[in-house]
Amino acid sequence: MRVLGFRLPGMSSLILWGLVWEAVGRSGLTFFLPPLSEVFATFFAIVGTAPFQKALSETAQAFLAGVFSAVAIGIPVGILMGKNRLVDELLLPWVNIFLSAPLTALVPVLMVLFGFGLKSIIITTGLFAVWIIILNARAGVMQINRSLVEMARCFGATPWAAFSKVYFWAALPEILGGVRIGVIRAVKGVIIGQLLISIVGFGALFELYSANFLMSHFWAVLVVLFALAFAVSEALAALERRVSFYAAKR
Amino acid sequence: MRGDAGADATVPAAAVSARNVSKNYGEVEALRDLSLDFPRGQLTSLLGPSGCGKTTLLKIIAGLLEPTAGEVEVNGRPVTGPGPDRSFVFQDFALLPWASVLRNVAFGLELRGVAMSEREAIAEKYIRNVGLAGFEKSYPHELSGGMRQRVGLARALAVDSEVLLMDEPFSAVDEQTRRKFQEDLLGLVAGENKTFLFVTHSIEEAVYVSDQVAILLPRPSRVSEVIRPRGLRTKNVDDIRRDPEYLDIVDRIWASLRSYVE
Repeated sequence: MRVLGFRLPGMSSLILWGLVWEAVGRSGLTFFLPPLSEVFATFFAIVGTAPFQKALSETAQAFLAGVFSAVAIGIPVGILMGKNRLVDELLLPWVNIFLSAPLTALVPVLMVLFGFGLKSIIITTGLFAVWIIILNARAGVMQINRSLVEMARCFGATPWAAFSKVYFWAALPEILGGVRIGVIRAVKGVIIGQLLISIVGFGALFELYSANFLMSHFWAVLVVLFALAFAVSEALAALERRVSFYAAKR
Repeated sequence: MRGDAGADATVPAAAVSARNVSKNYGEVEALRDLSLDFPRGQLTSLLGPSGCGKTTLLKIIAGLLEPTAGEVEVNGRPVTGPGPDRSFVFQDFALLPWASVLRNVAFGLELRGVAMSEREAIAEKYIRNVGLAGFEKSYPHELSGGMRQRVGLARALAVDSEVLLMDEPFSAVDEQTRRKFQEDLLGLVAGENKTFLFVTHSIEEAVYVSDQVAILLPRPSRVSEVIRPRGLRTKNVDDIRRDPEYLDIVDRIWASLRSYVE
């Protein structure tokens, strides 16, 4: 973007809002918002500590396991729904219900079913991510050019070959879009799981810091979380751009 | 309408025959009781106004659609689905956008489980045959429409099926490319010992490339006339469009089709 003839670097708005944050923090308007510089100082102070490292690894573990299962289940189910009318009719109402349902309200049920441990947190994470992945994979498959499907049939593709050599790749731009949104939702899922199910990981740190009014610690963890989610999402967006060149030409 | 091979010594036996084929889409009758023979080693065009069911007939022969009644035989065997004896050239090319020209051309063979080195050798040969040598590593979006259709043609040739089904293959390419394609197609029909089925809505194109033109009339579709140009195949490609027989046939087809044009 250009303002008054100057070319602004990428993410200029982040810098602007960072400055606003710093100014509001220094004005002492509310204890809730310490200056951004203090938040960063706190971040560098706690990043090397054992509790932070432990929280990071606990969160990363649950997050990765949840996202992996959401992707491994969501993509095939979505493709199957897009290709098979019967499966679609059976599953679509549920997918839509769970996509818009307040999943947080279901977490106590999950605790009853799967206990208070890592398993429930992983399932919560997966549940936050999986529905949008299913819907996007389904949409991706449904808009595959009909003649591409006929081509696969004409040249004698087995169902598995058609799935792995044609449908998956033809739907890849949409699938990656779904995974990207799913991953962002999974970040919410893992924190909510850690807050509600068992107080571990980053969820525990949030609980600890906010209960003790350690606001710069609280914000430092939040910024870390934001940065991680942003990095994952940008990496997926870059991957998406690499395949989207053919999205219009299927 | 079915020509009996024995009755006319100049017409080879049918490689493909449609027998009393009907196709309904709900209430709509797309084809009614259509019978037609496609002589072996020759090119037969299905010509007619849009919506006359020519593509429907082609897809039934390909095994992509099931007829409501009647049957199609390829080499005397009834068609129950797609098979290795037929390959298809699509109007919109139907290439894999994420795969190189080489993989696209070899894709039919890949699906048949031919080993990588073998199928790539075959694909390279057909890429040269259709005049795309040097573009093996290119991707479809880097090619012009005409070149993309050459890829589609090479893919259909590479599987070496006896019957080639072409669904308005040249309708999405520009006029100059189209003319070059038509000339190349004549060479292909003469050189490859295959049976070509060619759907088009262009009268000139049909007469130019065909050994036999089947005119389909719409609502519901049936074969109204089969025309077999006599002397055009022996002419030089540059002289066909000036030939009196070519001009007469084009006029005759237009006379019978004009009443169907709104």
